[in-house]
Amino acid sequence: MRIAVASGKGGTGKTTVATSLALCLAANGGSALSPAGPPLLLDCDVEAPNAHLFLRPSWEAVWPVGIPVPQIDPAGCTACGRCAEVCAFNALAILGSGVQVFPELCHGCGSCTLACPEGVITEVVRPIGVLRRGTAQQGIDFGHGELSIGEPMAVPVIRELKRQVNARPGQVVILDAPPGTSCPVVEAVRGSDFLLLVTEPTPFGLHDLRLAVEVGHALGLPMGAVINRDGIGDDSVTRFCENKGIPVLMRIPFERAIARDSALGRTLLETHPEYAPRFRELAGDILRQVEGAR
Amino acid sequence: MKQLVILSGKGGTGKTSLTAALAHLAHDGPCGVPLALVDADVDAAILDLVLAPTRLEEHDFVGGDTARIDSDGCDACGLCLEVCRFEAIRQTGRHFEVDPMACEGCGACFHQCPAQAIRMQPRVVGRWFRSESRYGPLIHAALFPAGENSGKLVTLVRQQARCLALDRECPGILIDGPPGIGCPVISAATGADLALVVTEPTAAGMHDLERILGTTQHFAIPTWVVLNKADLVPEVSAQVMDTCQRKGIEIVGRIPFDEAVTQAMVRGEPVTAFDRRAPSSLAILQIWQRIVAGLFGGSIDTRVERLDRRERA
Amino acid sequence: MRIMITTTKPEFDSPVDPNFGRGAYFVVVETNSMEWQAYPNPAVGAPGGAGIQAAQFVSEHKAERVISGDFGPKAHQALMAAGVGMYLAGASASARQAVAHLEAGELERLGGSPRQGSKSGN
Repeated sequence: MRIAVASGKGGTGKTTVATSLALCLAANGGSALSPAGPPLLLDCDVEAPNAHLFLRPSWEAVWPVGIPVPQIDPAGCTACGRCAEVCAFNALAILGSGVQVFPELCHGCGSCTLACPEGVITEVVRPIGVLRRGTAQQGIDFGHGELSIGEPMAVPVIRELKRQVNARPGQVVILDAPPGTSCPVVEAVRGSDFLLLVTEPTPFGLHDLRLAVEVGHALGLPMGAVINRDGIGDDSVTRFCENKGIPVLMRIPFERAIARDSALGRTLLETHPEYAPRFRELAGDILRQVEGAR
Repeated sequence: MKQLVILSGKGGTGKTSLTAALAHLAHDGPCGVPLALVDADVDAAILDLVLAPTRLEEHDFVGGDTARIDSDGCDACGLCLEVCRFEAIRQTGRHFEVDPMACEGCGACFHQCPAQAIRMQPRVVGRWFRSESRYGPLIHAALFPAGENSGKLVTLVRQQARCLALDRECPGILIDGPPGIGCPVISAATGADLALVVTEPTAAGMHDLERILGTTQHFAIPTWVVLNKADLVPEVSAQVMDTCQRKGIEIVGRIPFDEAVTQAMVRGEPVTAFDRRAPSSLAILQIWQRIVAGLFGGSIDTRVERLDRRERA
Repeated sequence: MRIMITTTKPEFDSPVDPNFGRGAYFVVVETNSMEWQAYPNPAVGAPGGAGIQAAQFVSEHKAERVISGDFGPKAHQALMAAGVGMYLAGASASARQAVAHLEAGELERLGGSPRQGSKSGN
């Protein structure tokens, strides 16, 4: 089972919920909630990854991730321009007498390599970030990606993270998604069985929750909501969830103590163990919804 | 004409609330500077919720192309599936279909299809708007959920704001930036005269602060920091201040945690308009005065001096 | 000499478009005859790298010099590679005026040092 935790708006508590859910499943490893033992948590917010600060994994492997960009053999190149013609991103251009490559614009699609009539294009991987894999407390398997500073494209790092850090057979995967609702979020959330939306009861929270729900609908995913910092705003988020038939699976009231503990890098479940049965219930509700949908 | 961009690295630190308050002070405050306003957080554009804009113009935004397979022409050779690197071709039996949400628009399938049964079609993936708000003209946009090429849309709204500011002879543009450090942030920030990074005294906030500061440094954008919810965890606030000092980055404001900010948001207003004596409002006024002096300088300085003299008296 | 200018309308008397990569039109002028022609800029809708595509268009037309409001870092890189001289239109009210200013040596020419991101990376 793959559970994606997203929000639309940043700072609502995705990582808080994702890490606590992971700890809960690890504590209940072997049960119906997490039959294959502790889960795998993938932090897909590759621009600003934070989950490792809370789960503190020991890294077992770190390796670069990149985009295959074209390299043209000048000896065989006739400057016919076909590569520049097919490139949709203007990463290749015929300027003056030769072909110039702009690697930072390249999406790694391989179209130019296929199209070259002389076959003089090879691909070289240009690193844009790193992937890390390790084991965290309670046997949680952990993976994250980190986009290099100055690099624009998060999506390829997220894609490779999901491709290269794999779950054991039957292992539950929790994906901590980035904020927003555009392609990095879609890349993170695609292929999941459930979308857990973490929101806050404010106009900003509601606005972005609406967008996140549309992403969920577009991907055809069953959804549920967690309302974090409950009590700080109004009830418009609750009414929205009711109207849209999105079950509110948990409310975490705003408490300065919780905010403080999170600020100090401590997970909710560690500092507030009274939440353990509530996260078990949350996991159970998600499992039921997923099985119902199948 | 100066461009000020509000960034954060980590989401949820209070960029938009601060941008709205600065917009209010720029328009109605003691050191008035008419600004053109831009909401560059196009994935999740919320600035308009606290500016009460009236929409004047609306335009479609085309991100890129999407492939479409003509099933009549398709002979199910499967080459498209082989060449697609983005898992955007779905096969069921002899039927091949493009998943528009996965399609990168690269055209590899289009160029390689032996039956020429694929077309590339431009897709409207959002809208952008020119509005008039309580505090000045606002250029904003909304990328449709699951939309692509937010960087291009950010560039577009910035360019529109630039033209608008030149037309109206605004001395500056105020940009509410997106979270993160990738393409939309780079598009929002490059070429800005000043980046104001809003951070919070949390472990995650500190980690992401390093990354956004690294990013603004990479693109040679002068940067100041604002520490929001500053009194939430004094130990971590001290660490933030150390980090900034180490990097030679100035913290130009410390805003205390203040429920008035959320109360103002629920009322659809910036906190400085909602309650100008709220602790956060007072802190933001000081930040605005720093911006006026440091970014807009010149004749406006004298007004700031008068304000200081009045306060000292 | 062949010069290209970015314009907002397809006319020689059109205002100069401040944008190189996504300027609406290019006017191509032969300065010895002052014959001119306008083309829509093919890069205007590009998903990215518009400056590069526009630079390629300029290169294909074999212009020796190009005038615009400003040039982004990639456009600058591309035009340098193509050997095309870049000039800033400055206060020129129209493409025609800009060409006159260029001939009189009054326009600022961009040098070879890489442009800082005054345009964003799109």
